[in-house]
Amino acid sequence: MTILLTLIPLLPLLGFIILGLGYRSIPKKLAAIIGPGTILVSFVFSATILLTYHSTFDIRHSTFDIQYFDWISLGPVSIPFEFLIDPLSILMMLIITGVGFLIHVYSVGYMSHDEGFNRFFAFMNLFVFFMLILVMGGNYVVMFIGWEGVGLCSYLLIGFWFKNQQFNNAAKKAFIMNRIGDLGFLLGMFLIFYTFGTFTYNGVFEQAKVLSSGSGVLVAITLLLFVGAVGKSAQIPLYTWLPDAMAGPTPVSALIHAATMVTAGVYMVARSGVLYVLAPLTMEIIGIVSLATMLLAAVIAIYQNDIKKVLAYSTISQLAYMFLALSVGAFTGAMFHLMTHAFFKALLFLGAGSVIHALDGEQDIMKMGGLRKSLPKTYWTFLIATLAIAGLPPLSGFFSKDEILASVFANSQPLWIIAIAASMLTAFYMFRLFFLTFFGTNRGSHPQSVKIHESPAVMTVPLMVLAFLACFGGFLNIPEIMGGSGMLKDFLAPVFADAVRLNQLPHLMVPESREWLNIGLIILLVLMMVFRAYRKFGKRDAGERMQDAGFKMRDAGYRMQDAGFKMRDAGYGIQDAGDVPRIKQHLFARLAENKFYVDEIYDAVFVKPALWLSGALHKFVEVRFIDRIVDGTGILVVRFSNLMRYLQAGHVGAYLFFMIIGIILILFFNIIL
Amino acid sequence: MTAITSIPISHYLILCSLLFCIGVVGVLIKRNALVILMSVELMINSINLLLAAFSAYSNDPAGQIFVFFIMVVAAAEVAIGLAIIVLIFKTTGSIDIDVLNKLKW
Repeated sequence: MTILLTLIPLLPLLGFIILGLGYRSIPKKLAAIIGPGTILVSFVFSATILLTYHSTFDIRHSTFDIQYFDWISLGPVSIPFEFLIDPLSILMMLIITGVGFLIHVYSVGYMSHDEGFNRFFAFMNLFVFFMLILVMGGNYVVMFIGWEGVGLCSYLLIGFWFKNQQFNNAAKKAFIMNRIGDLGFLLGMFLIFYTFGTFTYNGVFEQAKVLSSGSGVLVAITLLLFVGAVGKSAQIPLYTWLPDAMAGPTPVSALIHAATMVTAGVYMVARSGVLYVLAPLTMEIIGIVSLATMLLAAVIAIYQNDIKKVLAYSTISQLAYMFLALSVGAFTGAMFHLMTHAFFKALLFLGAGSVIHALDGEQDIMKMGGLRKSLPKTYWTFLIATLAIAGLPPLSGFFSKDEILASVFANSQPLWIIAIAASMLTAFYMFRLFFLTFFGTNRGSHPQSVKIHESPAVMTVPLMVLAFLACFGGFLNIPEIMGGSGMLKDFLAPVFADAVRLNQLPHLMVPESREWLNIGLIILLVLMMVFRAYRKFGKRDAGERMQDAGFKMRDAGYRMQDAGFKMRDAGYGIQDAGDVPRIKQHLFARLAENKFYVDEIYDAVFVKPALWLSGALHKFVEVRFIDRIVDGTGILVVRFSNLMRYLQAGHVGAYLFFMIIGIILILFFNIIL
Repeated sequence: MTAITSIPISHYLILCSLLFCIGVVGVLIKRNALVILMSVELMINSINLLLAAFSAYSNDPAGQIFVFFIMVVAAAEVAIGLAIIVLIFKTTGSIDIDVLNKLKW
C-alpha cells in the first residue's frame, strides 16, 4: 500500500526526468507513450487505492498516514515529510490523474506538430507530480511544496512558446500574482505554527477543535490562508492572470487553469474546514468575495470575443461558485462541483482546442460559425459540456450546482438570489459562445473554411470520454430528495465530519416542497436564458439570412475572379447591411468588453511605480556605488600587480640578494626572537 | 682526541662563519655563474667543517655521519648545476648572470 502510494507521485516525476533529459534525443513516438503512460499508471494505482479503501483504512479515522522521514529538524521542532490519504485526497488524486491522463492523450494530437513536444510532456508530468504532492500532503509544508511547484509549472507551461514576448509576460504575470497570494499563505502557515506548534493536519485540527468560535487568531489564520487561495484560484483581486494565461497551449488551459491547479485553493479551504467553520467572519468575507467575483467574471465573459477568454472568465466564475459553497459550509457540495467542473471545463477547453486546431489557429468567435456540420464530434461534446455548465438536468452540472444552491438557500435567501443571477448569466454567455461558434454560416476567411477538418481520433476520444463523465458524473451524488444515495457525500463524510459538526452558520430546514420549487425555478430561469441566447445568436433573422447569402456570394466571387468581382462586391454590400449583433454598444458594454479596465488599473497603480523604483535604484545605487565597488576591486588588483611586476627585472643577482635577505630574516625571527 | 680538543671550539666557529660569509659575498657579488657555484660549495664545506668539529668535541659520531649525507647532496647538486650552466652556455653563449635576464616581465 505504501509502495503504491509512493509510486503515484513518483511516476510522473520520473516521466519528467526522463523526458526532460531526453528532450531532444527521445523520439516523439516514445515520448507520446511515456508522457501519458505515467499518468495512466498513477491513475490505475489511485483507483486501486479507492477500491481497497474500505478494507485497508483505519475505519475510525478513515485516514492513512505515511511518514517518510524527518525532513526539517530545528531543535525541538521537527517537520516530517508525510502523506495523509483520506477520501478527500483520494478524490483529488483520481480527478488529477484521470482528467490529466485524458488531457495528456489529447495533447499527443494537439502538440504533434510542435517541436517542443517532449518538453511539453515533461512539464505536464512535473505539474501532475506537484499537484499530487499538494493533495497527498499530510501537513501544510508539504502542501506548500506542491503549491509552489504547480505555480512554477504554470509559469513554464503558459510561457511554453517562449519566443513570443507577450506570452512570456503573461507567464510572469501569472507567477507574480500567485506569489502575492503565496505570501498570505506563508504568513498563515507561520501563524498556524505559532499557535498550534505543529504543521501536521491532524495535530492542528485536534487542537483547533477546542478553540472557541470566532477566536481572533483563527480568523487571522484563515484569512491569510484565503489570501493564498485568492491568488491560486483567481478570485478578486488576484484574478487577472487567468485570462492572460490563455496564451499557453489549450491543453495547458484545460489541465491547469480549469481542472486542477486553480482548484488547489478550494481543496486547501476544504481541507482546513475545521479552521474555517470556527471563523465565521472569514466565511462571510469568502462569501462576499466569491459573489463579487462570480458576477464580475460572468459579466465580462458575456462581452468577450476570444473563445478561450470566455472560458477563462467562466472558470473564474465557477471557482467563485465553489468558494461560495465553502463559505456556507457545504464542503461536499464544493468538492462535488470541483469534480463536475473538472469534467465539463476540461471538455470545453479541449473542444475549443479542437475548434482552434480545425480553424488553423483562429480564436475569435466573431470569425467562426457554421461548424456544426464540419466538426460533428466536437459539436456534440461541446454541446454536452455547455448543457452541463448551464446546469440543466440530468447532466452532472445540474446536480452539483443544485447542491450548492440548496445549501446557499438554507443559509440566506439574498445570497441565493445573487447566485441564481450568476447561474443565469453563465447559461447566457456559454450558449452565446456555443451558438456563435457552431451555428449559422462560417464568418471566417475563405482559405480557413477550405481547411476545416475534424480532429484526429487521439483528440476526439478524450472528448467523448469527458462528455460521458460530464453526462453521467452527476449520478455519483444524487441528493436524497430525488431518491439518490448521495454516494459522494457519504464517501467524503468522515473528512468533513468535524467541520460540519462545528459549523454554526445559520441553516434553515427547508421543506421538501420548497426545494422542488427552487429546482424548478432555477431550471426555468436557465432555460429562459438559453432561449434568449438562441434568439440573439443562434437563430438567423432576416438581416442575418441576408448576411449568410452575402457570405455565399462572396465565396462564389472568390472562385470566379473576373466576372465574380461584381458578385463579390454585391455580397459585401449586403453583408454590411446586417452585422452579427454585438450587444448594444452603450457604455456598460464597452466597459465589460474591456474587462472593466482592471488590468490597466493594476498596471498604473502597481506595475509602473515598481518599474520606476527599479529604474531609479539602478541609476542611483547600482551604477554609482555597487558597480564602482565591484569594478574598483578588480582595477585595484590590476594596478597593484602592475607595480609588483617591476620586482621581476630578470636580474639574477637581485633574486639571489632577496633570497639571502629572506633567509637572514627567517633565522633572525626564529632564533633570536 | 686531545689534539683536536686543545683548540677551543670558538676558533672553529669563527673560521666557519668567516668561510660562510665569504661564500655568501661571493654569491652576491660575482657575475660568473661558475664562480657562484663555487661559492655555494664553499658555504656547504664550511658547514661540513663545523659539523665535524662539533662532532669531535661532543664525541658524537652523528655529526660526521651527517657530513657524509651533506657531501652526497652537494655532489648531486653540483652535477646538475654544472649541466645547467653548460646548456645555458650552449644556447646563449655566455654565463654572465647580468646578461642572462630573460626571466622577467
